[in-house]
Amino acid sequence: MLSISGVHTFYGSIQALRGVDVEINEGEIVSLIGANGAGKSTLLMTVCGNPRAAKGSIKFDGRDITNMPTHEIIHNGIAQSPEGRRIFPRMTVMENLQMGATTSSPEHFDEDIDKVLELFPILKERASQRAGTLSGGEQQMLAIGRALMSRPKLLLLDEPSLGLAPMIVKQIFEVIRDINRLQNMTVFLVEQNAFHALRLAHRGYVMANGQILMTGTGQELLADEKVRAAYLEGGGTA
Amino acid sequence: MASITMDAAGSNSKMRDHAKEVLITGFIVAMLAVPIVGFHITDVTGGVGLALRFKEVAAAAIVAMLGRIGLIMMREHIALMLVAALSALVAGAIALQLITGYQFPGDTRLPFNDPVIDWLIVVVSIIYAIRAAWLTSHKTGTQESREKAMDQIGAQVQKLSLLLGPILLICAILLPMMPFAGRRLVDVATLVVTYIMLGWGLNIVVGLAGLLDLGYVAFYAVGAYSFALLANHFDYGFWICLPLAGLFAASFGVILGFPVLRLRGDYLAIVTLGFGEMIRVILLNWYEVTKGPDGLSSIPRPSFLGMPFKRFAAEGQETFHTFFNIDYNSGHRVTFLYYVILAMAMITNFFTMRIRKLPIGRSWEALREDEIACRSLGINPTNTKLTAFGIGAMFGGFAGSFFATRQGFISPESFTFIESAVILAIVVLGGMGSQVGVVIAAILLIGAPEFFRELQEYRMLAFGAGMVLIMIWRPRGLLAHREPTMHLGERRRWFGLFGSAKPATQSGGAPGS
Repeated sequence: MLSISGVHTFYGSIQALRGVDVEINEGEIVSLIGANGAGKSTLLMTVCGNPRAAKGSIKFDGRDITNMPTHEIIHNGIAQSPEGRRIFPRMTVMENLQMGATTSSPEHFDEDIDKVLELFPILKERASQRAGTLSGGEQQMLAIGRALMSRPKLLLLDEPSLGLAPMIVKQIFEVIRDINRLQNMTVFLVEQNAFHALRLAHRGYVMANGQILMTGTGQELLADEKVRAAYLEGGGTA
Repeated sequence: MASITMDAAGSNSKMRDHAKEVLITGFIVAMLAVPIVGFHITDVTGGVGLALRFKEVAAAAIVAMLGRIGLIMMREHIALMLVAALSALVAGAIALQLITGYQFPGDTRLPFNDPVIDWLIVVVSIIYAIRAAWLTSHKTGTQESREKAMDQIGAQVQKLSLLLGPILLICAILLPMMPFAGRRLVDVATLVVTYIMLGWGLNIVVGLAGLLDLGYVAFYAVGAYSFALLANHFDYGFWICLPLAGLFAASFGVILGFPVLRLRGDYLAIVTLGFGEMIRVILLNWYEVTKGPDGLSSIPRPSFLGMPFKRFAAEGQETFHTFFNIDYNSGHRVTFLYYVILAMAMITNFFTMRIRKLPIGRSWEALREDEIACRSLGINPTNTKLTAFGIGAMFGGFAGSFFATRQGFISPESFTFIESAVILAIVVLGGMGSQVGVVIAAILLIGAPEFFRELQEYRMLAFGAGMVLIMIWRPRGLLAHREPTMHLGERRRWFGLFGSAKPATQSGGAPGS
């Protein structure tokens, strides 16, 4: 569904991605793990066209989206829950969700919002509250919910566990699993929390220094000695 | 023992701090007072001379120092009752003097020798007295709790504004019919409503889309000049030129929008400031078209359904008063102009209220919050910003062509930076994005100074003081409360109101902008 091949991305003169190949098939959860500064978020942002790939190509549903402006890429059926959540703090929860529906047809707005509120019942309680007053976990749920409002074919999640308590992280990963199973949503997940991310994923990629080091099914990577040593020792069993 | 000496030392240094504070206040006021009240033009034989007024400067400094002492006493909760009693005494004494004209023994003349200032001192003293008395009874009350209280008041007012809006509108409609409404009052009201309209127009750009525009007056000028030029060269009337002027201003908004799309915040503000000045300088120097500093005159007045407000009709024309068979009164036109601008302002308001609930309006607000998030939701920031600039400029252009037809004469002098600053001040003081706030701020900033014209040079002083006070007490504006555009329950209500044929179009997101 999404195929990234040989992508190089630069920030000014600094090269962040050095020829990345990633393949995502329909109905999968694919996790991308790696340390800080490995280029995980950059890859996700490059898919959205900001920054643009200097070399290589990105194809979505057979269409080349490498050089499209961000908003057109989104109109093709990709939704992103950006790093750091980036909800609209002064707008209410409902309005945030409404903004998520920008690219989708108004006919199924009510249906979609019911679906999102069912996934995240806490958002229903907070519906008329300003989004900036929500807790971190609730904001993350809102960010994911907002992304789902556009009925995407592919959902990109950038570090949904960032800065959240373990309980909340667990909850959010369960929801991601539900979205995938019940709605057959394709999910591309970028995570530092390697244990959760790989356990959830059908397939995984390990990234370092702007390159893909390893790939395999989630279980394979979880069992791999090198992956365990680099990313899972210590807090891995949380 | 030790603690007592420590306390004494502490209070000593505190006293020193207070004394320093009082002296600095006195010094600053004296420095300010020298240029403002220190010089005085007097008639001397053979021309005018400059006299110095040291006594007045000293009096101003002493008054300020006394006020500071009062402030310190209130802040430190020292003898609050004393502050209350003294303030009340001052207020009473001055009020007595003003009302009865009684002179206290000795030279008790106040430095400004102006009844308006004296009354201001009375009011301020009374406020001090009440505050001091209030503080004695409620000793707690931090800045935060006070702000919270003000926020609640803001929210209440906003709730009331559902009522307040229509009430203000009815008052505005009835105003010219009131027995006390003279020509001057209607004139001032017209001016206030013009600024309300400008404020609402700028509110779209600054309040909703969050693009700080310091050159809004440029669009006002474009509207005014395009009307004047169209009218002079092609002999079009006001009602034909009005939409054209709006269109011109909107295209200027888009032209300005293009190069500044990548800029945000301070950088954008500086570029728009430059644009505003550019327009003014062009108007000043392009003599062949704009007549430069001479300005454009003989701009036609608006007509009522083709009937002019003139004493004598031209050939084959009927004037307003002959048609309605009433006596000619030059006030008719003033009243008519007032209603025209009121209608235009209400259209602006209605438009803004509606567009906030439409996808484009929501995109503006989202763009103000977070541009990157907007892009990741599929909003095209370029188009969104350009429409905000264009529509904001359009209303500026409408107001500009109204200004031209009202004045009958325009010159670049009417479109200086201070106008942009005043309009922006109205938006910011009112609370960004708040429609009722703009009305209140416009009345305070435009209406009040018009009635205090006697104060002349003190007007700007009061203006500045008001700004400082707002910054201290309401840093986010008078009515900084954002009303959500949709609620969870409302969604259900739309079904009831509009049937269930296509309910989602009322509440749902429409395809991207």
